[in-house]
Amino acid sequence: MTVQLDKQSKVITGNAAAAYAAMLCRPDVVAAYPITPQSEVVEQLARFHANGVLDCEYVPVEGENSAQNVVCGASMAGGRTFTATSSYGLVYMYDALFNTAGYRAPVVMVNVNREPPGIHAVCSGQQDMISTRDTGWVQLIAESCQEILDTVIQGFRLAEDHDIQLPVMINYDGYYLSYLAESVEIPAIEDVDKYLEVLKSQPQRPRLIPGQSIGCGSHGMGMGYVELRRRHMDAMERVKAKVDDIDASFAESFGRSYGGQVETYRAEDADIVLVTSGSVTGTARTVVDARREAGLKVGLVKLRLFRPFPVQQLSEALKGKKAIGVLDRSIGFGWNCGPIFMETKALASQIGIVPMLSFIDGLANMDITKEHIDTMIDAIYDASQGKDYQETTWLP
Amino acid sequence: MTMKEIRFHGRGGQGAVTAAKMVASAGAEEGMYVASFPMYGFERRGMPVVAFTRLDDKPIHEKTQIYTPDCLMIIDPSLLNLKGVFDGFKAGGVLILNSSRPLEKAPSENLEKSGVVDATGIALDEIGRDIPNTCLIGAMAATTGWFSLDAVKNCLSEYLGGEVLEKNIRSATRGYQEAEVQTWGS
Repeated sequence: MTVQLDKQSKVITGNAAAAYAAMLCRPDVVAAYPITPQSEVVEQLARFHANGVLDCEYVPVEGENSAQNVVCGASMAGGRTFTATSSYGLVYMYDALFNTAGYRAPVVMVNVNREPPGIHAVCSGQQDMISTRDTGWVQLIAESCQEILDTVIQGFRLAEDHDIQLPVMINYDGYYLSYLAESVEIPAIEDVDKYLEVLKSQPQRPRLIPGQSIGCGSHGMGMGYVELRRRHMDAMERVKAKVDDIDASFAESFGRSYGGQVETYRAEDADIVLVTSGSVTGTARTVVDARREAGLKVGLVKLRLFRPFPVQQLSEALKGKKAIGVLDRSIGFGWNCGPIFMETKALASQIGIVPMLSFIDGLANMDITKEHIDTMIDAIYDASQGKDYQETTWLP
Repeated sequence: MTMKEIRFHGRGGQGAVTAAKMVASAGAEEGMYVASFPMYGFERRGMPVVAFTRLDDKPIHEKTQIYTPDCLMIIDPSLLNLKGVFDGFKAGGVLILNSSRPLEKAPSENLEKSGVVDATGIALDEIGRDIPNTCLIGAMAATTGWFSLDAVKNCLSEYLGGEVLEKNIRSATRGYQEAEVQTWGS
C-alpha cells in the first residue's frame, strides 16, 4: 500500500484506520503481537515501519504480555507508545495492564473486541473489554472507521495530558468494524502534529533517566499505596471533562466530533431511549429514524466512554425518560443482566425509578439486526406504558 | 440512487472479501458512500465465504449483514445451488455469475438481470491463476451500471501493483466486455 502523509480520503478498514492514526501520532515505540481480528493493525504498522513512513522502535515481541511490558517501560522512559490487541491477547497481558495503569504510563492501545477464552469463539463481543474495566485504564468505544482513527489521535492527547497521565484503551468491534471498509478521511500529519502540540507546552511528566533516582513500582504499603490509589482515582475523575474538551478541540482542528463522553441522538425530546455502544449504534440510528417517522418519540444514547463511567453526562441524558433500555454485547455474572445495564441502573438515584430493560445481543458475532432493535424498542415502549416487563432479554 | 446492497458468495482463496472491498472502492471513486465487510469464522481455503457491500448517495450507518440483496455476485459456480444463496434476493435483483455456460433458467423468480462471464477462464488466461474476482467486478460494472469500468481500473491500484495490477486490469476489462447480460421476464 502506498502511503502519503498529506490529507487524503481512502477506503480502508477499521484496523487500517487504527494503524494510520497511530502512525500519524509519531510513536517512539510500537510493540504488538498479531491476533485475529486485530492482526491487520500489526501488519500495517510493520509495513509503515519497513517503508520508513513510521520512524519508531518497532519491537516484534513473542506475545502480548511482553508487548504490554515493552510499551509500559518505554512509556516510563518518556516515549510515546502504542500497542494493539484483542481477546486472548488482552487477558494474557492482564497483570501488565495493572502495572501500566499503576505506574501512570500513558500507553495508547487499541483492543479489537472479541469474545475471551472459555468457549473458543473467534467472534465479536465486548466481554474482553468488560473484563478489564477495573485495571485502571481509560476505556473508549468507537462506532465507525472514521471514529476509530479520530479516537486514537484523541487518545494520545488524553493519555499524555499532564492532568491525566493514564493509559487509554480504544475499543472497537471485531469483524463488524475491524474488517469494515469505509471511506475514511486521513488527516495530514502536520495537522495531527499541531493537534498534539499542546502537550509540549505542559510540564514534563516524570520519567526514568539513567543515573537519576526515581521510585516507581516500588513497595507502596499502607498509606503510600492508599495515596497513589486515591490519586489514580482522582485522575480518572478528571478524564470525564477532559474527554469532552479534547473532542471539542478535535472538532476545531478537524471538523469532526463525537459528543465527548456520550452522544445523544434524537434523545432530547424522547419519551423512551435505548443506550448502545460500538458499531450497533449505527444500525440503531437508522431504526430510531424509522420509528420517529412513524411517530414514536424514541431516542438513542451512545456510550463512548466506559471507564471512567460518565455518571453525570449519562444521568443528564436519561433524566425524565419514561423507560430506558440498555444493549450489552457481553454478560454480567451475578446480576443476571448486561454489564453496561448494571452500571446504568446504578444511576437510579440520579434519574429516578423508571422501567429499565437489559438486552443481551450480538454475542459471538451474532448480528444485531434492525429487527432486533425494533424488538427492543417495542419492549421499552410497552414498559413505558405500564405493562409488565422482563428485566433481562436475550436476543436472538 | 437508493442504497444498493450487494452480497458476495465465494470460497476461501477466491478473493470474495477483496472483491467486496474493491467494489466499495469503485463506488467511492464515483463519489458514493460505501461500506463493505466479510463474515467468516476461521480462515480456511475452500470454505464458503460471504461478504457484503453497500453503496449509497447518503451516509451509510447500518452495520448489519445483508439480508435482502439487490445484487448477488457468485464467484464459485458450485455455490449456485447451495441452499440459502438466494435468500432475501430482492425483486428486480441482479446476478453476477462466474460460469463457463450461459444461464438456462432463472435460479430465482426475483431475478431481473444477469451478467454471466467465464471469469475463471479469463483469470487463467490473463493472470495465470484462478482468481476470478476482478473479472467479475468488470462484469458487475457492465451489468448494473452502478460504477464505470474506469472506476474499477482506478480502484485496483489501491490493492495491486506492477505486473499483477496490469493483468487484473485486463481481466476486469474482459469481464466488462465479455459479460453475457440478459434480462429476465417477470
